[in-house]
Amino acid sequence: MQSFLDIFDIYFLEAVINGILLGGVLALLALGLNLIFGVIDVTWICYAELVMIGMYGMYYLVQYFGLPYWAAAPLVILLVALLGAALHFLVIAPLLTAPPINQLLATGGVLFILQSFATVAFGIDFKNLGIRLPVLSLGDMNFSYARLLSFAAALLGMIGVYLFLTRTFTGTAIRAIAQDRQIMPLMGVDPKRLYLITSAIGGGLAGLAACLLVLQYDVHPFVGLSFGPITFLICVLGGLGNFIGGFIAAFVFAEIISLGGLFSDLEWGYVLAFGFFIVMMFIRPAGLLARRS
Amino acid sequence: MLELRSIDAGYGSFQALFDVSLDVRAGEAVGVIGPNGAGKTTLMRVISGLIRPIRGTIAMQGTDVVATPAHRIVSLGIAHVPENRRLFPRLTVADNLKMGAFMPGARARYAERLDFVFELFPRMKERRHQMAGTMSGGEQQMCAIGRALMSNPKLLLLDEPSAGLAPVVVQQVFELVKRIRSSGLTVLIVEQNVQQVLRVVDRAYLLEAGTIRAAGTSTELAASDTIKQAYLGV
Amino acid sequence: MSRQVKAWIVALIALVALPFVHSDPYHLHLLVLILIWSFAYTSWSIMGRFGLVSLGHGGFLGIGAYVTALLWNDLGISPWLGIPLSMATAGVLALIVAYPCFRFRITGHYFVLVTLALSGIVLQVITATRDYTGGSLGYTPRRAGSSSIVALQFDDKVIWYLIALAVWLAGIVIWHWIDRSMIRHAMEAISEDEDAAAAAGVNVTAEKLKITLISALMTALAGALYCQYQMFISPDTVSGIAVSLQMVFAAIVGGVYVALGPTVGAIITILLAEVLRIGFGTKAVGWDNLVYGVLLVLFIIFLPKGILGSVIDWTKSPPKPPRGHEQETVPVARR
Repeated sequence: MQSFLDIFDIYFLEAVINGILLGGVLALLALGLNLIFGVIDVTWICYAELVMIGMYGMYYLVQYFGLPYWAAAPLVILLVALLGAALHFLVIAPLLTAPPINQLLATGGVLFILQSFATVAFGIDFKNLGIRLPVLSLGDMNFSYARLLSFAAALLGMIGVYLFLTRTFTGTAIRAIAQDRQIMPLMGVDPKRLYLITSAIGGGLAGLAACLLVLQYDVHPFVGLSFGPITFLICVLGGLGNFIGGFIAAFVFAEIISLGGLFSDLEWGYVLAFGFFIVMMFIRPAGLLARRS
Repeated sequence: MLELRSIDAGYGSFQALFDVSLDVRAGEAVGVIGPNGAGKTTLMRVISGLIRPIRGTIAMQGTDVVATPAHRIVSLGIAHVPENRRLFPRLTVADNLKMGAFMPGARARYAERLDFVFELFPRMKERRHQMAGTMSGGEQQMCAIGRALMSNPKLLLLDEPSAGLAPVVVQQVFELVKRIRSSGLTVLIVEQNVQQVLRVVDRAYLLEAGTIRAAGTSTELAASDTIKQAYLGV
Repeated sequence: MSRQVKAWIVALIALVALPFVHSDPYHLHLLVLILIWSFAYTSWSIMGRFGLVSLGHGGFLGIGAYVTALLWNDLGISPWLGIPLSMATAGVLALIVAYPCFRFRITGHYFVLVTLALSGIVLQVITATRDYTGGSLGYTPRRAGSSSIVALQFDDKVIWYLIALAVWLAGIVIWHWIDRSMIRHAMEAISEDEDAAAAAGVNVTAEKLKITLISALMTALAGALYCQYQMFISPDTVSGIAVSLQMVFAAIVGGVYVALGPTVGAIITILLAEVLRIGFGTKAVGWDNLVYGVLLVLFIIFLPKGILGSVIDWTKSPPKPPRGHEQETVPVARR
């Protein structure tokens, strides 16, 4: 009995730590979505599909063009950032004065487009980057370097965004526009330009997430579905547009998924997370860190 | 410096200004007085580009304001302190001031402007890390004026700077306007508080129901019977 | 009897008589699919027209299909009982998710994202329970000989056509019934301004739950029928976000605000998919959704009222001004 508990504890601790590591990437995705929502008031339903395209980008740059990982990653971040700007320019900008629900559904159309584009262009088989990172053993626990690297890079990415938002003029304007959109021209800010910049940053964050996720997961056209819904739940629980709420919620969900996966399949971890979410809606309906206004 | 000629403006099908012409010369302080709903705020918004006139021309030192995109108008040297201050409530005072220096020309002189504003409002220096929304009305008004001054404007548009403030604070705000004037800035101020504003400005226009009803120096207007009866309660 | 009612009766007689005059199996197959999906899209638009944009309907559809099939295969429960049970399951799930949403005023983006996660989760559950459902490989209800009323399995496409027609008609009748009932007025008030509606004595939560329940039950029925007719289901065809979006897409293309809008949407999307399938053959995988996606975006930008809705607008009164989102406030700030 005692020995059984020992093993359990080790696995438990391993799952907790893996949850934290997963939380980093989820927090990165939540940050991207919250940034876009905070500034432009729109949710990109196709956000996880941008990540999917980025993962394919990594796969082709590394496998097909033989680029080293570290050289491919910035290119992919740039590519997805451009994709984000294009998404805004082509789909969101013409709908800025339309009801918000139309903007949201239009990005749903883009989800279709990206998924089926990937199906047509890359096929439906699972593709692997083919980079195998070693495993770090700590006592009886094993952690993959891929996850550790992802966590560190996600954290760095978020710190970068934080510095950008607090230190630069454009970053300050991004925080300001969510509070008073109408007077922005009085500050000399062109909202259209700010939207485009924000979209590019949101895309860039998706690109960074893609570079990290591709180390751990195979790419296929529907890979976005395995982390898209959970990202949306994180954003709703944290409060859309609330950066800190999203950050905390990301780790809460990652723990639930990771610990849920300890007892059963990973899918049940998602189900558990959804159940938790429904319960949370009763307890804190306005989000984890609701602003009292 | 600023010339408005035959401006018609409004919101949708509602017209708020009819054939308004107005001049502000360099170094002057000019007031626009009138009752609630006369179109004073609309007038300010038309000048700073928040709404576009239906008809008429606006020139700032010879540049066509109507043809300038709204976010470029600050670069012409026009800074607008909007009605109700409209600070960013959940940004710090320092960040609010930073927003005032957003446009490229002002960014380059950000530190210098910040010193200037802090010198003018030592209170803002003390409170620079405080959320703007948590300050008192008078402090918020200072912050809003400070934010406008950050862009190093030539013309300052003040929309009801005394609205919602305690009488003592109103006094302070008008003292401040005098000081800003004396630093060489041109000021266009819209007020309901006619008595106070006529003491600060050189000239004033009376705006009623969207049209200019009277114009003149502040002493002329203060002496006119209509204004005395309607606005000064004499 | 008004002209409209007469037209409906004539059209219905023609529709019922159709398979006896023209019984080409391929055409009948297409018609059955169009009718079943029209019913599903109509059930979505019952909610959607009031601004309750749900992306969870893929989940309800999947529950309808899988629960019915699982009950029949594993417990031998006839679909006649299994379908009501599956509908009840979907209804309960709808209430569990919708109640906190409506009770705590989770609307707009939030509601869309929560329901979107719901359909994603149903897909995950179907995949996770692969020991029972076959996971992503799909699932086939057990055959009960050639045709069986108990098993609700028929080889004759004419029977299926008539069943689908009846169900579709029921959907249209429900749409009209809601259109004429008090629910509609309450829901319109709610979609304009929830607080004002609540102040006027509308029980906002109850009205929204009512409409959601009706919509979810109908959607589950559509899923079950689709399963019984096709005799094969897979998580990707009856559940998940893509299916939810497909429903939204068809409803929007046809027009959400008119009874026959979703039906027009179904006709267009299914014919489009068939044309692409025939045109591209096996290479069509993906192309149909690519075209869907592009059309969806174009429709939302240029024709948000859908084809039928816009046609009716042009022939009838001048269009209502769009409900302004920040439009009356400083438009220069956004344009």
